This record gives sequence, C-alpha cells and structure tokens, in this order.
Amino acid sequence: MFNEMSLDEGAIRPPYARVKEWIDGSGLELLHKRSAEAEAIFRRIGITFAVYGEGGDPERLIPFDLIPRVFSAAEWRRLDRGIRQRARALNAFLYDVYHRGEIMRAGIVPERLVYQNAAFQPAMMGVEPPGRVYSHIVGIDIVRTGETAFQVLEDNCRTPSGVSYMLENREIMMRMFPELFSRGAVESVDRYPDDLRKTLEEVAPPACKGEPNVVVLTPGPFNSAYYEHSFLADLMGVELVEPQDLFVDEGLCWMRTTRGPQRVDVIYKRIDDDFIDPLAFRPESVLGVPGLFDVYRAGGVTLCSAPGAGVADDKAIYTYVPDMIRFYMSETPILENVPTWRCADRDDCAHVLAHLEELVVKEVHGSGGYGMLIGPKSTAEQRAEFTAKLKDDPANFIAQPTLDLSSVPTLAPRGIGARHVDFRPFCLVGQSMRLVPGGLTRVALREGSLVVNSSQGGGVKDTWVLTE
Amino acid sequence: MLSRTAESLYWMGRYVERAECTARLIEMGHRMAMLPGSYSDEEWRSVASASGSAELFEDEPSITDATILRTLMLDPDNPSSIRSCLRQARANGRAVRNALTRDMWETLNEGWRRLDEVDVGSAQRDLPSLLEWIKGRAIMFRGAVSTSMLREDRFDFVLLGSHVERADMMLRLLDVKYYVLLPETEVVGGGRDYHQWTSLLHATSALRAYHHVYRGDYSPWKIADFMILNRAFPRSVAFCYDQIGNCLDRLARGYGGRHDCHGTACEMIARLDDVEMGEIFQHGLHDFITATITATRRLNGEIYRAYHF
Repeated sequence: MFNEMSLDEGAIRPPYARVKEWIDGSGLELLHKRSAEAEAIFRRIGITFAVYGEGGDPERLIPFDLIPRVFSAAEWRRLDRGIRQRARALNAFLYDVYHRGEIMRAGIVPERLVYQNAAFQPAMMGVEPPGRVYSHIVGIDIVRTGETAFQVLEDNCRTPSGVSYMLENREIMMRMFPELFSRGAVESVDRYPDDLRKTLEEVAPPACKGEPNVVVLTPGPFNSAYYEHSFLADLMGVELVEPQDLFVDEGLCWMRTTRGPQRVDVIYKRIDDDFIDPLAFRPESVLGVPGLFDVYRAGGVTLCSAPGAGVADDKAIYTYVPDMIRFYMSETPILENVPTWRCADRDDCAHVLAHLEELVVKEVHGSGGYGMLIGPKSTAEQRAEFTAKLKDDPANFIAQPTLDLSSVPTLAPRGIGARHVDFRPFCLVGQSMRLVPGGLTRVALREGSLVVNSSQGGGVKDTWVLTE
Repeated sequence: MLSRTAESLYWMGRYVERAECTARLIEMGHRMAMLPGSYSDEEWRSVASASGSAELFEDEPSITDATILRTLMLDPDNPSSIRSCLRQARANGRAVRNALTRDMWETLNEGWRRLDEVDVGSAQRDLPSLLEWIKGRAIMFRGAVSTSMLREDRFDFVLLGSHVERADMMLRLLDVKYYVLLPETEVVGGGRDYHQWTSLLHATSALRAYHHVYRGDYSPWKIADFMILNRAFPRSVAFCYDQIGNCLDRLARGYGGRHDCHGTACEMIARLDDVEMGEIFQHGLHDFITATITATRRLNGEIYRAYHF
C-alpha cells in the first residue's frame, strides 16, 4: 500500500512536511475538538445530502476529515495535462458519435456499444452544439497506487457532483487553521464558480445577442445534490430554476418571473436527460419543459451538458478512452486507465469468471458503488449470484483488479490511521478549458475499506496543490 | 426574480408568523384555563377556532390542553400545527436557499426538528419554555430578515407574507372573541370579563403596550380600538395593512406597475384610517371583522395573480 505521507522506512514525503508538522504540533485532542466544531458548522449552514428510502435523517452530512490530502506542484502539472487531455478526447468522441462516427468506422470502438447504449440520444444526431462542446463539466475519478502511478477509474460527463465540497472544505480549513495556509503555500480553488460562469457564458447559443442569461436547472429540494445546485447558483449569481419555472414560446426558452417572462440562454442542467423535455425524451414523464429540446436543436438555448453526453462516460466506453486520445489527438495518454476486462468479450468474460475472487466486477451503467462485487471481500453466495448475472448478460459488466489505493492519514476515533482515498477534479470546457488546482478527495473511513462513496461510509477531505 | 422564489419567500414569511401566533394563542388558552371560573373547554375551543383548526376538533367531546397541544403544536399532519409551520417555513426557505441570507437560513435551520422529539406529556411539562423557544425562533428570524436582507423585492415578499398572515391571525382571533368585546357584556361585568379582555391582549403580547397607551383603562371599546385601528401597535390590523401597503408600493415602483392587490390594499388602508371605533360598534363589530377577513383573503389571491405565483 502506498501511504502518501510516510514511506515504509518512516521518511515523510516532502509534500506532506507541513501537514505532518501540524498534526504533531496540534495533538489528537485538539484535532478531535476541531473536528466536532467543523461538523457543527457544516450542520448549521446545511451542507447536507439527501438519502432516499433508508429512513432516519433525510438530510445527512458527509463526514469531513480534517487532515488534507496533498499534491506537489510537479504532481499536479502532470495531472493537469492528463485531465485536460482526457476531457478534450471525450468531447471529440461525443462530437464524432453524433456526426460521422469515424471511430466506429475505423473499427476502434464497437458500434453496438455506442448506438445501443441507453445514454445514446438518436435525436442528437447532426446537432451542432456551441463550441462543439457536449460535456462542459468533466469529472474524472483518479486513483493513485504508487509514487508516479495515477490511473483513471471512471469519467463523469453528465453532471458530476461534489464540487461544492471542494469549495466548502477549503473554506472551513482556512477558517479553522489559517496558519496552515500562510505564505500562500497552497493553490487557491475559489475561482471555480467564476470559471464555471465564464464557461457557461462562452457557450451561449447563436440566438443570444448581448449578455447571456445563465440558469442552473435543478429537479428541486428533494434531490440529493440540491445543496450543491443552490450553492453554485448563488456563487455564480444566477437563478436556480426548477422545470416548472421554464417554458417555451416562439422558439425560445423563458422563465416565469415576478416581472413576467424573461429569456434564458444557457441552462446548466443538473437533471437527467430523460426528464428535461417530455415531448422529446419520455412522453409519460410529467416533469420537464415541453419543447425545450427543439429550442436547443434550433440554437435558441444551450443545454450543459448536452443531452446524450452520457454515452461517453459509460463504463464499457471508458475502456476505449486511451484509444480515443490516440485516434483524435494523435497523443499518448498521460493518464492511463485501470486495466479492465470487458465481459462482452468472450475471453475476457471467461477470465473474469475464473478469477472472481480477485476482481472487482461493476455494472456498466452502475454508479455510487452500488451493483458491484468486490471479489476479495465477497462471500461464496455473492460470487454465485454474480456468476449467474455474468452468464446471463455479460455485456452489462466489466471487471478490474482490486486496486491497492493510496492512503492518507485520517482522524479516526482512536488516533490517526491510514485510509484509502480517490480524487475527482472538475475540468471545465467552453471555448477554452479551465481547471482549478484541486478537486474532491473522497476517503473510505472504515479501516481497510476501498469504497469511498458517501452513501457507503465515505467521507471527504480538503485537497491541496502546493505552490512551486 | 422567479415567481416561484417570490411565492416561497411569501409563504416562508407567513409560516414563521403563523407558528408564532399559534404559540401565543396556546399561551392565552393556557392562561385562561388556569383562571377561577373557567368552565368547560370553551377557552380551548376558541383557541382552536382562532387558529383555523376548529374542524379538527369537531368530534372531540371535550378539548383539553393535551388535545390542543397534540393538534396545534405537535401534529405533523395538521398543516397549521406549529411543528408543520416550522417545517414548511424551512422547506420554503430551502427551496429558495440562494434568495436567503446565511443568517436567515441559519435561524430557519437551527433546531427545526426539535418538536419532532417532543411528546404531549413533555410539552405539558415544559410548556412555558417551549412557547418561549417558538416565539424566539420567529423573533430571531425577523431580526435576521431586518438586519441581513437587501432592501429589494425579495425583502418585500417576505414582509408581505408576514403581515398578511399577522393581519389574518389577528382578525381570526377577534372573530372568535368579538362577543367579549360587545357592549352588552359590559353589563354582565365581574372579574371574568376583565380576564376575557386582558386575555386578548395577552394573546397578542400587548398588555404592557396597552397600559402604556390607555393606562389600565380596560374597556372593550379601547381594546378593540387598540387591536384594530392603532397604527402604532405592530400587531394591529391597521399597522399590518400599512406595512402591506408599503411593500406593495415598493414592488409597484420597482416593477413599474400596479395590480388589483394594490387597489384592495389602498381601500383597506383608507378605510382603517377613516373609520372610528364608535362607527364600527354601531354598524356591528362582527360584520366589520368578517368583511375585513374576506378582503384579506381576496388580497392574498390578488397577490398570487399579480406576481404569477
């Protein structure tokens, strides 16, 4: 296991020197006290996420761990290039999918994976989104397994969430431990909302003359990420709208205001494609804005992300992203994928079935850590269940080796222990590309656990990128 | 501003006000039930009517403080219970979180689930401190609104909701209690009437203010005057309408347009300004109250239409 703070022989890795000094200087008692204070602050300002169907508190806190996760300037430079490269390739792929389909014709990505994908939107064929951007906010989940070994675990092209934690975690750390940030040692992340607004403004539709009116579209307060939706709208200084606030008239999109209808140019949608327009996507849905998709297609409004962007972040498509980088950009991938077996492939599937005990098996469309089998921790019964599922519908699964995720010191009830982490940076794609130095570090709080999802015992940490 | 946002701000204001008014009603009922000569459950029944929940008690042979606390304070299914009001005030605030200042949100968010944990027994035991706490929530909320909110349309919608609700609650209280203010009860006289009159003042936290203005001269006439027409008393109907008028005027200036609601508010303000208590008693206090309740309901509908709620 790669411990990001201390090497086996006990030496402290240089990026963590300041953190180590701070932990030793503060002592456990103080850290526990501060940790409780931080929780009280989060609770009071209401940074919660909703959990459905489990009873108990409908609005929960994601546990926040005080000890930061640190990248050196050099490490970040490489991540930065790798993330941008990947975000560019994913958008190029989406443009290709909805136009000529070159990469399928070249035999690199199998057609059926794309055109039979549930996230593929036939109605998007031939649509020309402003700037040819489909995924405007790309969240790339990255894991680390060694000093120089970074690998991409997953791409999120639709509505990656968690950026509010990146901002709030930093806010709270700066408030509670100002001395840690003295002499500008840590790169700032607070320009993210400005960057996001600029990005959204840059993709204003052709019909928009003058300053674009940007809105954030949320399903409403019962959505688990509602706090984030309202937080981002607030920091960008734009309206937070629900579908019933919008309507279509004369080929344009409007919102209902106390002064009457007002034009909407760019919609940052935090709502699934299926629910944005009942006329275009799901006729039985009572949600959505009837006619919105036609306005979008005619260039009257921009939807971010574009409908159908999800076809690029499928776990089966994921395996082809390094090929996309080579195909569209003639570059070598800076960040590699985790080696992945595609169960749709007969040989791969046979291998997976024979090695279930060592592998992590995931549903192609699953997310949130649900619907997966972690081989080494599974029971014979669970493996039997997955064997049946795999044989029944192999194309619905991929498998990866159990990764030895890096660990970072974390405050546990009894002292400080190493806990596994992953990392999600947020890359913004408009006319230009923007990436704040940082992201969301998720941590598996249970000792030895590899599942970092907040719904399953995960927490979050502040993520530092050190200045040069 | 989004119409939905305006509607949520308006209802947030109304629910906070309703929670507080209901707490004051319970306080009044509690006080009256302790007095000598209090018979049957008449006081609690009038509390139920004033809170607009009379129909929930129709099947109850007798109403006690326990049934009142269960229904008006703790019942999650009664939309007018204090618990529901606090929940709905917060839900409305949460739905327009970015239209709120952090101070406002924190006062709505802090302790909003406290009543979930309270049962009737403990509510009876801790009633005074519980009622203080509820009133305290409303007072802090108003403080946060007044000290942290920009003076723009959002502020006016919160204030509009608060004052429409406050006027409505005051009128309903008078509607239930008007008979104690009628001149003929003066003839009956005795301590019980004195308590009836002062109970009205208690229910609106106005006893001391009343002393200040009328020097302990309790007559139904003056009490009615104070509660309906006194423009200096912040819970009087006239004061509420002045505030409603101010909010609507600012909105009309900001948005550049007047609507039916402006007409209704203007008429009410003029009427409350012109009329004297003597006239009201002459033409019938009850009719006056009923007509004002109807006008206030109409105003609510007109506000809805004017701002596309």
